[in-house]
Amino acid sequence: MKLKLSQADIDGAEVQLIERVSGEEMKRCYQCGNCSGGCPVAYAMEVPPSQIMRFLQLGMVDEVMGANSMWVCVGCLQCSSRCPQGVSVASVLEGLRQITLRKGTDKTRVADIPARFLEKAPQQAIVCGFRKFVS
Amino acid sequence: MPRIGVFVCQCGNNIAATVDTKKVAEEMGRLPGVVYTCDYKFMCSSPGQEMLKQAIKENNLDGVIVSACSPHMHEKTFRKASEAAGLNPYRCEITNIREQCSWVHHDRTKAVGTVKSMDLTRMTIQRLKKNRPLDKIRIPVRKRALVIGGGIAGIQAALDIAEGGREVILVEKEPSIGGNMARLSETFPTMDCSQCILTPKMVEAELNENIKLYTYSEVEKVDGYIGNFTVRIRRKSKYVDEERCTGCGECIEKCPFKVESRFELGLAKRKVIYTPFPQSVPNVPVIDAPNCPKIQKDRCGVCALVCGPKCIDFKMEDRIETVEVGAIVVATGYQLMPNARFGEYGYGRIKDVINGMQFERLASSSGPTGGEIRRPSDGKVPDSVVFIQCVGSRDEKKGVSYCSKVCCMYTAKHTMLYHHKVHGGKAYVFYMDIRCAGKRYEEFVRRAIEHDGAMYLRGRVSRVYERDGKVIVQGADTLSASQVEIEADMVVLATAIVSRDGADTLAQRLGIGYDRHRFYNEYHPKLKPVETVTAGIYLAGTCIGPMDIPESVAQGSAAASKVLALFSADEMSREPITALVNKATCNACWDCVTACPYSAIEKDAVKNRQGEIVRRLARVNDGVCQGCGVCVAACRSKSIDLKGYTDEQVFAAINAF
Repeated sequence: MKLKLSQADIDGAEVQLIERVSGEEMKRCYQCGNCSGGCPVAYAMEVPPSQIMRFLQLGMVDEVMGANSMWVCVGCLQCSSRCPQGVSVASVLEGLRQITLRKGTDKTRVADIPARFLEKAPQQAIVCGFRKFVS
Repeated sequence: MPRIGVFVCQCGNNIAATVDTKKVAEEMGRLPGVVYTCDYKFMCSSPGQEMLKQAIKENNLDGVIVSACSPHMHEKTFRKASEAAGLNPYRCEITNIREQCSWVHHDRTKAVGTVKSMDLTRMTIQRLKKNRPLDKIRIPVRKRALVIGGGIAGIQAALDIAEGGREVILVEKEPSIGGNMARLSETFPTMDCSQCILTPKMVEAELNENIKLYTYSEVEKVDGYIGNFTVRIRRKSKYVDEERCTGCGECIEKCPFKVESRFELGLAKRKVIYTPFPQSVPNVPVIDAPNCPKIQKDRCGVCALVCGPKCIDFKMEDRIETVEVGAIVVATGYQLMPNARFGEYGYGRIKDVINGMQFERLASSSGPTGGEIRRPSDGKVPDSVVFIQCVGSRDEKKGVSYCSKVCCMYTAKHTMLYHHKVHGGKAYVFYMDIRCAGKRYEEFVRRAIEHDGAMYLRGRVSRVYERDGKVIVQGADTLSASQVEIEADMVVLATAIVSRDGADTLAQRLGIGYDRHRFYNEYHPKLKPVETVTAGIYLAGTCIGPMDIPESVAQGSAAASKVLALFSADEMSREPITALVNKATCNACWDCVTACPYSAIEKDAVKNRQGEIVRRLARVNDGVCQGCGVCVAACRSKSIDLKGYTDEQVFAAINAF
């Protein structure tokens, strides 16, 4: 993959929107990888948290929006608590979810969630899932 | 009537482009008291200076004004030239018509710039009329230095000063000099043994006739000023007579009580009567009083029984010694950040998670394992070791914001030492960036990776926990964008270098500045790297910030050269810009005493012939006063003036505007 960098992408409106919604500054991240290291669900993510941050720094919003990472995130806040730079990666992922949901695409109805899943899933996951899918 | 000369400089085109210098000179010539004016291309050049000197002599000038660049640039130059022509240097004043006039105006018609230049010069003329001739202050210098801290930087500074033929008092808090370097096993990038290069220097410091070692001692109070410091040193009781002890070690051998060794960082025990390490200098044991049953409960006393020269005295008390020195070198060094802050790395909870300094002790041939790498929990030789860099460093949230500078290098060294000592062992290093700027440093790290097979992983570690006698390290390798889990036998944390506990207290005692991390501030980070804002106090080594051994040694020598330069003359001269108390009007409210940031104002008294105090008043110590003027502003009765900047001079200048 060859990347063509431009000012328009790096400081683009979409990244600014993500920054505003999440309340986090992308340039604070110095790519130490602590968030990816501790993430309990990173194995299932197409793009691990630290790479999400890097893509957003580069203005590569499509790669981030297209990945399953934001939906896999369980919101345990491990990344936020370990980040040496005080960046809440969980907030960034929540911001991505909010932006996606506001667009009205990729929405799940509560009734569509299988009952069997609700019985088995841990409480944390249900709370987080509800926040993600129905807000 | 004064006889003033005004010299207007064109500074090439720097001033002349926006200021009509000729007109300024002509206009100034019309003012009363001005007898000579001229303008010239470069006043600071030697012909320019010659012109100034000649004009002073020929016109019998008693005051000179050079309207040119900032006084920061050439005030000294022109005052020196005036002095050479027989004028008191403080009768020479500078008007800044470059930085404050020509450079800030772009009017090529020269109208604005010329008017402002004339205004500024006129003000200086009126000010100069009130200038009194001043004489440089001469202060005697006591040619003995105090070095605080007996680590490698302090030892180097002491040796260099002693070599220069001056007396040095080297104060060290611990029972032995050597500092943190004495703990290291090998040193990068040459891999020579730390003890082997350090101990000869320690012994040299002990044997040098010009160096007095005050070990187990602390600086309690510092008074005075450059050339004349009075320092109170607490010499903590060793309970052993230093003069008579032969260092035979019988007492240590027979002492039945053991406690954790601070020198070995908890990896081994030591006796209650002890020397920190076998090569201690001086080789005199001390008794750890809080842990000694004889001192606490009057039981035991075996050491005194076996001591041949009978030099143990359980009743010995701390002694306070007051010494007078001319200069102080502060080389108090560093300590490691307490890892307890990093719960996720399990330090203190998991026995096999140690810090870099503890690994140094494990690898050291004089260490608790005799140089074999064995993990602390069960003494097993670890098959794999994970090294984690930037623990606390570059971590604004839980640690410190700065980079500790040496960890990249010592971690590479650790992987090599481990590989040399444990064949077939695997070293993993989690790093964020490899910072190895230094002579032969990059090659050293490459050697660790390519030759000694250290696996470098770019990422931080998120969690360290125990499972079945293994230490599990969970982190990331951002280069492959994957999570990494390693089952290790031991984990070594490269913890941040921080300033010593009590660094701020000492700084306050000395009157030197420190930053938010409590590292001491240099006078100028680039051009005055070992000086402090307090004249006569110099810095060396890691008390300024993280640095490696070569840099610490260089700074020790640099500080020593500064001290020797100071000691090269019998007295030193300084600018006479100091505060002066009007004895007639001072009403002894002592506001100035509280206001003075340099403690330069003393409470003085006037006595009659019977020696009774008639009245009290403030007195400024010219040696300490830095001429900041805070006391002038604080004085309620307007009894203090700053020489060279008196109210009279300032008002004269303002009135001329």
